[in-house]
Amino acid sequence: MELTGAEIIWECLLREGVEIVFGYPGGAILPTYDALSKYQDRVRHVLVRHEQGATHMADGYARITGKVGVAMATSGPGATNMVTGIATAMMDSVPLVCITGQVPSTVLGSDAFQETDITGITLPITKHNFLVTNVKQIAPALRKAFHIARTGRPGPVLVDITKDAQNQKLDFTYPTEPLRLPGYVPPSAATPDQIERALALIKSAERPLILAGHGVMMSGAERQLLELAERAQIPVALTLLGKGAMPEAHPLCLGMMGMHGAAAVNQAIQSADLLLAFGMRFDDRVTGNLRTYSPNSRKIHIDIDASELNKNVKVDVGIAGDLRTVLEQLLPHVPSLSHAAWLGEIRNWQEETDERDIVHHVAPSDKLYAAHAIHDLWAATNGDAIVVTDVGQHQMWTAQYYLNQRPRTLITSGGLGTMGFGFPAAIGVKLGAPQETVWAIVGDGGFQMTLCELATAAQENVNVNVAIINNAYLGMVRQWQEFFHGERYNATPMHNPDFVKLAEAYGIAARRVRTRAEIPETVAWAHSINAPTVVEFQVEKEDIVYPMVPAGADLDKMIRRPAPPRNLPDWSENH
Amino acid sequence: MKHTLVALVENEPGVLNRVASLFRRRNFNIDSLTVGRTEDPNISRMTIVLDSDVTRVDQVQKNLYKLVNVIQVYEITEQPSVSRDLALIKVRASAEVAVLASQFGARIIDYRDGAMILDLSDEEDRVEQFIEALRPHGIIELVRTGVVAMGRGNHVVQAPQLA
Ligand SMILES: Cc1ncc(C[n+]2csc(CCOP(=O)(O)OP(=O)(O)O)c2C)c(N)n1
Ligand SMILES: [Mg+2]
Repeated sequence: MELTGAEIIWECLLREGVEIVFGYPGGAILPTYDALSKYQDRVRHVLVRHEQGATHMADGYARITGKVGVAMATSGPGATNMVTGIATAMMDSVPLVCITGQVPSTVLGSDAFQETDITGITLPITKHNFLVTNVKQIAPALRKAFHIARTGRPGPVLVDITKDAQNQKLDFTYPTEPLRLPGYVPPSAATPDQIERALALIKSAERPLILAGHGVMMSGAERQLLELAERAQIPVALTLLGKGAMPEAHPLCLGMMGMHGAAAVNQAIQSADLLLAFGMRFDDRVTGNLRTYSPNSRKIHIDIDASELNKNVKVDVGIAGDLRTVLEQLLPHVPSLSHAAWLGEIRNWQEETDERDIVHHVAPSDKLYAAHAIHDLWAATNGDAIVVTDVGQHQMWTAQYYLNQRPRTLITSGGLGTMGFGFPAAIGVKLGAPQETVWAIVGDGGFQMTLCELATAAQENVNVNVAIINNAYLGMVRQWQEFFHGERYNATPMHNPDFVKLAEAYGIAARRVRTRAEIPETVAWAHSINAPTVVEFQVEKEDIVYPMVPAGADLDKMIRRPAPPRNLPDWSENH
Repeated sequence: MKHTLVALVENEPGVLNRVASLFRRRNFNIDSLTVGRTEDPNISRMTIVLDSDVTRVDQVQKNLYKLVNVIQVYEITEQPSVSRDLALIKVRASAEVAVLASQFGARIIDYRDGAMILDLSDEEDRVEQFIEALRPHGIIELVRTGVVAMGRGNHVVQAPQLA
């Protein structure tokens, strides 16, 4: 059948099972938008308000569904607007295919109108990318792009397609021959020797600890993780992106590690004699000072990316492989073990941690602490919403107080820490999982980076709820200024718009919350509306996320919440 | 310590750029990188020399593998192998220089305007010694290709999937 390159693009997307594309048109991608008339009954196109939003939506969609997210944009400024979203997906190993239009191949390299070298620009922030200048290359490039994006360690792939390639015609049949990718062989299983050495360490450990990361979810190893933890009685600590890998209510699940992790978890890491790192990469936000990191432990590291082994932390057994496959190799040989003394020690640390926890303290009724607001949101949603955060203090409070019972229930930008991610990602999440209740928890700062997508949510009637944690500050930066920069609050106070009126201007229902008492009813109100909603929480302005390991400090040198808790004068009366 | 890696890569536009970009981004310092065609028209071959005191060889190797166009990476440092670095050196012509050239086995491949161009293809160390010996005589211009290397006998560098 004779098809244009533009039509071939849509044919390929259909073949890859794509149901939804987030995009924004422009000259160099116009032929592909023109061809959409023929395909829009089979593929939904969501018109965003900024191409960064398209990449974050595709990212959210990919994280919730496990499928490849697709974003589309024109050349030049359209393509460069995608850069932040691509880098975000790269850092968090999210499978995306980004399709950009490019100027005609005849003028490539001439600084033509809206020409930009997007394959050059995205070289270090994509898993791979393609420049397609001929209609014949479109299908092979897109097939490879989807394969590369979703296999191995997933990541974003960009396909830049010249306008003439989109317009050229080709007698087209979808290629079925195997992909020719001789240099692309993701690792899969462990060797028998690796399994044996890992087992020996597991059997001899007295203070073992599992560190579970994003890879648990990406390889679908949640059940294997649980089985190993329960049978060998090994407690589990989670990275930020690992939240959801194990139900947080499980007695063996200790919660989050790292810079704002629970003090007990970091103490356990420092005191362990064996770390089992699963699908995580020893980011500096979880290790603190590498020289003093978990000094007395042997280490087993399983990750699909061989270059992560021994990168930051030297390990005793490094296994490059798919986590689920490797755990399935390991499990038949793991005996029932018990580590009662070690678990008891951890429990004591946890009790001490709990005592300092702000959720156990009652605040004066005229004050709304963000941690309380998020805790109450958790309670009002039965802990069962999909929560998508932006970046900052509210993100860390969400990680601490919105406990996750299921995989893929916390969606957040971990590696890049991209402000502006939360709200558009939540739109993508809701579109990928329409049956779920979705809450975006965002800061007043980050929300304003991508709030133009309120129009997208309204136009597409995406039933996502936005909780703006408004502290009138770039709160996390303010916290660093308070701790490390002599309380000089330069460029962090924010004069904000009236968020309720703003949402209403977009035709979106909105409410404001100033006290804890209003929260349950407001959440119920938001859930009763089958359309996007915005709830502004006016919280204490000068608040601190505790505990905190200062960047580069030893993991157990945490700044702890002073007891009685800060700014809570009536603590003793209510305790 | 010096390490020599040989990488077989797909002969496609932009592959050298991907490798160079990787080294820059990961802060890998390399002594030399050469690239050229091979017996297979679909495959180019890179020889990369680096110093393990400065840059971690395992990380270079693993990150090269992460590039989709990189087919195979071999460390041939410990293997029986031969290596060559080619230098063209322009010096003021003199009898002493001619003697040095013949001592090092360099060829005089051009003589014009009172300057000669010496051509030496040898192991990197020997080339370096030769350059040092020539320095007092005034080097006008110098160019080197960087090292290429090959395993001896049965030590063959080949792309398994394509072979
Ligand atoms: C795009 C971007 N710019 C800057 C930063 C640095 N940064 C990290 S947290 C933060 C403050 C976020 O403020 P807000 O969105 O109000 O959230 P809060 O910390 O107050 O909860 C800033 C500026 C970032 N992470 N991303
Ligand atoms: Mg704020």
